[in-house]
Amino acid sequence: MLSPVVGVLFDGFAYGMLLFLLSVGQSVTLGLMNFINLAHCAFAMLGGYVTVTLVNGHGWPFFAALPCAFIVSAVTSIGFERALYRRLYRASDLDQVLLTIGITFTAVAIAAYIFTTAQQPLQLPSYLRQSVEVLGLRLAIYRLILIAISLIITCVLVAALEHTRFGAQIRAAVDNERMARGLGIDVDRTFAITFALGSGLAGLGGGLAIEIVGLDPSFAFTYLVYVLIVVSVGGLGSIRGTFAAAAVLGISDIAGKYYVPQLGAFLIYLVMISLLMWRPTGLFGRR
Amino acid sequence: MKRILYAGVALLAAAVLPAQAADTVKVGMIISLSGQFADTGMQMLNGAKLYVKQHGDTVTGKKIEIIAKDVGGINPPVAKRLAQELVTRDNVDVLAGFDLTPNALAAADVSLEAKRFMVNMNAATAIVIEKSPYMVRTSMTVPQLNTTLGTWAEKNAGVKKAYTMVADFGPGLDAEGAFSRGFKASGGDVVGSVRMAVANPDFSSYVQRAKDLNPEGIFVMIPGGAMPGAFGKALAERGIDLKKTKVMGQMEIADEHALASMGDAALGIITVAHYDYTHESKMNDAFVKAYNAEYGRNPDFFSVGGYDGMHLIYAALEKANGKTDGDSLIAAAKGLKWESPRGPISIDPETRDIIQNVYIRRVEKVGGKLVNVEIATFDNVKNPK
Amino acid sequence: MALTQNLQSPQLYLQSLSRWRPAEIAFWLATLLPFVLAPNYLSLASQIAIAALFALSLDLILGYAGIVSLGHAAFFGIGAYSAGLISRFGWGEPLTGLLLSTLAAGLVGYATSFIIARFRHLALIMLTLGFGLLLAELANSAGWLTGGIDGLQGIHTWRLLGHFNFDLFGTTAYAYALAVLFFVFLGTRRLIHSPFGLALRGIRENWVRMSAIGAPNRAHIRTIYTIAAALAGIAGALLAQTTETVSLDSLGFERSAEVLVMLVLGGAGRLYGGLVGATIFMVARDQFSGIAPEYWYFWIGILLIFVVILLPNGVLGGLPHLIARWRRP
Repeated sequence: MLSPVVGVLFDGFAYGMLLFLLSVGQSVTLGLMNFINLAHCAFAMLGGYVTVTLVNGHGWPFFAALPCAFIVSAVTSIGFERALYRRLYRASDLDQVLLTIGITFTAVAIAAYIFTTAQQPLQLPSYLRQSVEVLGLRLAIYRLILIAISLIITCVLVAALEHTRFGAQIRAAVDNERMARGLGIDVDRTFAITFALGSGLAGLGGGLAIEIVGLDPSFAFTYLVYVLIVVSVGGLGSIRGTFAAAAVLGISDIAGKYYVPQLGAFLIYLVMISLLMWRPTGLFGRR
Repeated sequence: MKRILYAGVALLAAAVLPAQAADTVKVGMIISLSGQFADTGMQMLNGAKLYVKQHGDTVTGKKIEIIAKDVGGINPPVAKRLAQELVTRDNVDVLAGFDLTPNALAAADVSLEAKRFMVNMNAATAIVIEKSPYMVRTSMTVPQLNTTLGTWAEKNAGVKKAYTMVADFGPGLDAEGAFSRGFKASGGDVVGSVRMAVANPDFSSYVQRAKDLNPEGIFVMIPGGAMPGAFGKALAERGIDLKKTKVMGQMEIADEHALASMGDAALGIITVAHYDYTHESKMNDAFVKAYNAEYGRNPDFFSVGGYDGMHLIYAALEKANGKTDGDSLIAAAKGLKWESPRGPISIDPETRDIIQNVYIRRVEKVGGKLVNVEIATFDNVKNPK
Repeated sequence: MALTQNLQSPQLYLQSLSRWRPAEIAFWLATLLPFVLAPNYLSLASQIAIAALFALSLDLILGYAGIVSLGHAAFFGIGAYSAGLISRFGWGEPLTGLLLSTLAAGLVGYATSFIIARFRHLALIMLTLGFGLLLAELANSAGWLTGGIDGLQGIHTWRLLGHFNFDLFGTTAYAYALAVLFFVFLGTRRLIHSPFGLALRGIRENWVRMSAIGAPNRAHIRTIYTIAAALAGIAGALLAQTTETVSLDSLGFERSAEVLVMLVLGGAGRLYGGLVGATIFMVARDQFSGIAPEYWYFWIGILLIFVVILLPNGVLGGLPHLIARWRRP
């Protein structure tokens, strides 16, 4: 019989995996081009709303809607990248912040207009809402699937980064952008593709997040803080770092609430501050 | 010197402007239309607008005009400034709205200083009503609901041991206190309590702690929105049997969206409320239908707070024969009684607070749909001291 | 800063910078206009003045020293709560309350500056964010002191200088806030146009080079951070005193983010950037809220996007750029 603590840790890890999906895109693009995209969670929110529309409104099965969330977010981000982001690659950090915050405000308003400000519940098939008994512990099926999907994506991403040419280009550009350009790597194009992929993953994360944390227009801002925390603790441009940071933060948040509820929300900030003071460039950061 | 000058200008303006003021009664609504509380503000505004649509915008020969201002969430300085501007710039006759307590408290200062009639359509903390002698409340108070629940839990539901789980913020702590008072006064025993982080998406750890103590009843108070759904799921995941352990709390934990999100995991949750859209009465049926026709969704207690608030303004105006100053309106408002979609309600002439029925409901499946079914009614509950 | 200035000596350079330009004089005269032209808007004007002061304090660390802080509202909140608590415990005199609150914020700023000065780049940003969030949580938990989510009750500000009452129209509030803003601005202007100010800009541009020529980088950062904290505390105290309310939102992340947006909108590192940005943002928000109460932030978003595209480096940064482009047909 496993003690109930393990169940809580399992939940924490699942929450961490959700944070990972939402943050991995941000980590890579920030590490790649130092482009601060505060609208990242707006793309996640878009993915969430696409999922809700397809599943609730058109009766699509959940697992068919998720790839759609990915594609819609990715394609939308390409549009934004071409129209707006491209002009600001060389601009100051502050201008990037202002632009992306402006985009987020607009996205939130549009979401509120189309979907109203109410919470969007998701009509999931009942088997996804149940739990299985493993060694005396009740594990929610949804969270098991969330963990599975995240692990698969992590493996795919790491493999792509390590074993493909495109992955090598990304790694080169993260390590030293000028050198990479000097070698003839089209960093702008690399960035555009990575950005699309990262936003797509955020959209996927948004779709998966609904069942765990709910969806309403304020999602775009609320999760931005958590994404920034994960990205900075993990280290820019590192998938392993994002994974480790997300797992640590997710588990410490949940475990903290179980053991020391008085600390509650404090813990995640304390963990972040301690880790950053110990390793300012992140757990696996390069710069 | 400056004060005399400005008072003089104000008097002059007041003397010159009546030509306009005589024809319009302006109602300034200070609510959240953006940010995380946007939904509550919208629902309240919708309820108020529906009333005006149904009953016409003329009362005692004057036109009613609603001026809505977005306070953007919990923001007392902005609420105060908006109230000041509504009074000085727009010359409103009534300050209304207030989905959040901190904003109501700040604006009450303005109501007091400017002697303006104030209709609190939601802010539920008990002390709010005392901040201005010109304020009435048309929503509910936290003790009104939670103390009643505490008493019911011990007396009628056989809960002797209860565990309380509340979000660590004002309304949560208020609710915990109110519930414990009612519960302990009837002889119950609160075996443990936990204060949870307010912006908390994951309740599994807290629910596990509750389960470890094995109480007969669990009292919950969390903000509406995403939390109730997450909470219900945590209950199911941790294996809490709702038939054996009574999970109870304010209406937010089982509102429409929470139910849709929790699914069958919600069956058996007990809520205390002054209003639910499934309340069976002719008036409520008509109200819900009209609301759906106009806004495409069901009303909630914010909507009914706005709706009844407007009714109060209309009725007070009629009783005061069209006089719009604070003293006349508040005198007219005291003691008013009427039938609302929630049931019969009235304004306590002493405290200016609302007296209404309080209902205990349980989540059951009716016709394949999850609804809150009334299982007990407490008539004409005042705010307990 | 155009390099067409007299570079014969640093002293002459600084002197030439500190001459008052006609545009500046016009700006300050314009701040008196609301008394005459818009007497119904004085409450809004006083809150704009307070936001401007807050943005100015952020400019000192962000625009001049290069420290991006996402938690600057912590000091604003400390100033606000100090002023509120002092008043609640019976002492409602505005000027002394203001001084004490400034001290409180400055002290906390000084203490934190030791940690802040050790970090840079993203770690620094996230540390400031973390500290801000922690403080906000602390304030929520210490409800017995801060009033929690309901805010601090029982604040009453006495008459200013024993004579001017804080009335409903906001006249005294605006006069008070504006006067404080002006005096603080004078001090800040003097500070920026001094060798210390130049050193800060050097630290922002090239940390290594500055320490190579012997500048005590960390000490300078600590100093400016403390000053910025104190100034933010003044702004917070002003808000508490003029509105007689304080609540958790004065320390929250939204307020930190908001002031950052205002500063960047106006143009960081340009003395007047915070003032201009705060004015534009708050007026826009007020007007948009009036026109489209349910979706005003949509228009704010569009405004921000347009400003970034057309006016790089904020309004003050991009304006000369834009004017030059117009001149060349």
